[in-house]
Amino acid sequence: MPRDTWLIFRHQLRLSLGGWFGLVFGVLQPVLNLALFGPLLSAYLGPGSWQVFVPGVLMQLALLSAGLAGFGIVFDARFGVLDRQRVTPAPRTALLLGRVLTNVVVLLGQSLLVVAVGFAFGFRVPIAGLLIGLALIVPLAVSLAALSYAFALTLRRQEMFAPMSSTVIVPMLLLSGALLPMSTAPAWLDVLSRATPFRYAVEGLRAAFAGHYASATLTGGVVVSVAFAAVAVAVGTRTFIRWNA
Amino acid sequence: MDHVIEARGLAKSFTGAEAVRGVDLTVAAGEIVGFLGPNGAGKTTTLRMLTTLLRPTAGAATVAGCDLVADPAGVRRRIGYVAQGGTTNPSCTVMRELVLQARLYRVPDPHERARDLMARFGLTDRPIGSLSGGQKRRLDIALGIVHVPALVFLDEPTTGLDPQSRAEVWRHVRRLRDEHGTAVFLTTHYLEEADALCDRILIIDRGRVIGEGTPDDLKRRLSGDIVTVEIDGDPRRARATLAGLDAVREVQVTGGTLRLTVEHGDRILLQLARALDAGGVEPRSVRLARPTLDDVFLALTSSEVTRAA
Ligand SMILES: Nc1ncnc2c1ncn2[C@@H]1O[C@H](COP(=O)(O)OP(=O)(O)OP(=O)(O)O)[C@@H](O)[C@H]1O
Ligand SMILES: [Mg+2]
Repeated sequence: MPRDTWLIFRHQLRLSLGGWFGLVFGVLQPVLNLALFGPLLSAYLGPGSWQVFVPGVLMQLALLSAGLAGFGIVFDARFGVLDRQRVTPAPRTALLLGRVLTNVVVLLGQSLLVVAVGFAFGFRVPIAGLLIGLALIVPLAVSLAALSYAFALTLRRQEMFAPMSSTVIVPMLLLSGALLPMSTAPAWLDVLSRATPFRYAVEGLRAAFAGHYASATLTGGVVVSVAFAAVAVAVGTRTFIRWNA
Repeated sequence: MDHVIEARGLAKSFTGAEAVRGVDLTVAAGEIVGFLGPNGAGKTTTLRMLTTLLRPTAGAATVAGCDLVADPAGVRRRIGYVAQGGTTNPSCTVMRELVLQARLYRVPDPHERARDLMARFGLTDRPIGSLSGGQKRRLDIALGIVHVPALVFLDEPTTGLDPQSRAEVWRHVRRLRDEHGTAVFLTTHYLEEADALCDRILIIDRGRVIGEGTPDDLKRRLSGDIVTVEIDGDPRRARATLAGLDAVREVQVTGGTLRLTVEHGDRILLQLARALDAGGVEPRSVRLARPTLDDVFLALTSSEVTRAA
């Protein structure tokens, strides 16, 4: 199975890189957010605001990039690619994991681009913090991509994938506290926010970038993200190995 | 004889609809079997069950020596499947798609195999989106047989192709069987295709197999042959003469034309001529026609209608 996962991963990655247009567009919105909104925030809150804002933009990117991964499988299903692969001896789990791995690598690349743009505007991060942050993005990407695939394959009317996904993604983005920290939120909103795994991921990212490596916030972010990824992969696998899809 | 498919009572119901209602079928090693039926008959559903893509709601099957439900992975290793609506990503290239497929089947030299298949199927390495319909279909088939399976399922391999491309696909299917002994189970709407290509035909309608046999068998068994006799003058005498013959099942008269339904038209033609001669009838022409599978199919499916009504 590792071999088949690797084969699918390489194939999918090549296809993604061939469609570089899509990759750039995927990262364009977060980068614009960074460039057009970040300086404003910095003017109000001081240069330290980049430390808070860049992790938020990375969360936005993860939701838009890995969270919409299912879009690709809608086409694979429609073109008959998925059924063809499902009839090969490759374990169906490998068909999922190979794709998820592609989304992870793509998201890491896009995240580096966001960090680089942030750097140009004055965002500073210690190398160790950056590496820990990127490592934290891995389980986040895994869970978002796996759930997105499962959702796309379960959906009866697949043309509804994009509208329904955005309907989920936008509230998740707001509740995660990616755009503005939840610390000043009213209690009910704070509770709602804590019910999503993304809140912990964003706060973990911020702690990592701030150099608080031993903090409970960072540990919490890692634990929640890894647990969420495990659940998401289990759900995704169930969908992929089902007979009827 | 070795069987590559043995299915008993295979059935599939979707919420509110029975798509396949108890299909029995066997396919021998190296046999080309056609699955013929109108839209919505249940052909694709049956194929998707036999290729481990759909779980049957009832019935059992052994495919390529493995039990469908107990050992789907074993089935997958041994079969090839070419789905109805195409199987390729338009933004991928021919070579990449073939190489990945070869690797997933653990074909020893994937690049070599891909080049070999491209040469054999007349394909060049291009973005798949730029291929013609016929080229794309040939690529689908190449992908389905990359591992030289003992059994390949082709779901409407020639739908939407022009006559040349269709003949080209037929050539590939025959070659597959002749060179590798691959059994082929294909679906089609085209009677002429089933007739030209298949050793045996199963006719399916509304989820049930309603006829089975060699193309010749089916035609003979279900309709007999048609002999048309045209005469000048009064047809009554000719009619009386011919209707007395054992081999003649039915005589219809329209003007000076008599349409006889007979058994074994090829053997009886001379006997007819002699009888006419003896009866003093001078026919203008006598023609023998084999019924087409269209006749067979219409006869079968319309009797199904009357039965259902
Ligand atoms: N996933 C599904 N859900 C509900 N009904 C389905 C599903 N798939 C097929 N059906 C129904 O089952 C019946 C048989 O469909 P199937 O695709 O097997 O027919 P077919 O013989 O392949 O037809 P065609 O020649 O048009 O390809 C049809 O009535 C179809 O609407
Ligand atoms: Mg069909």
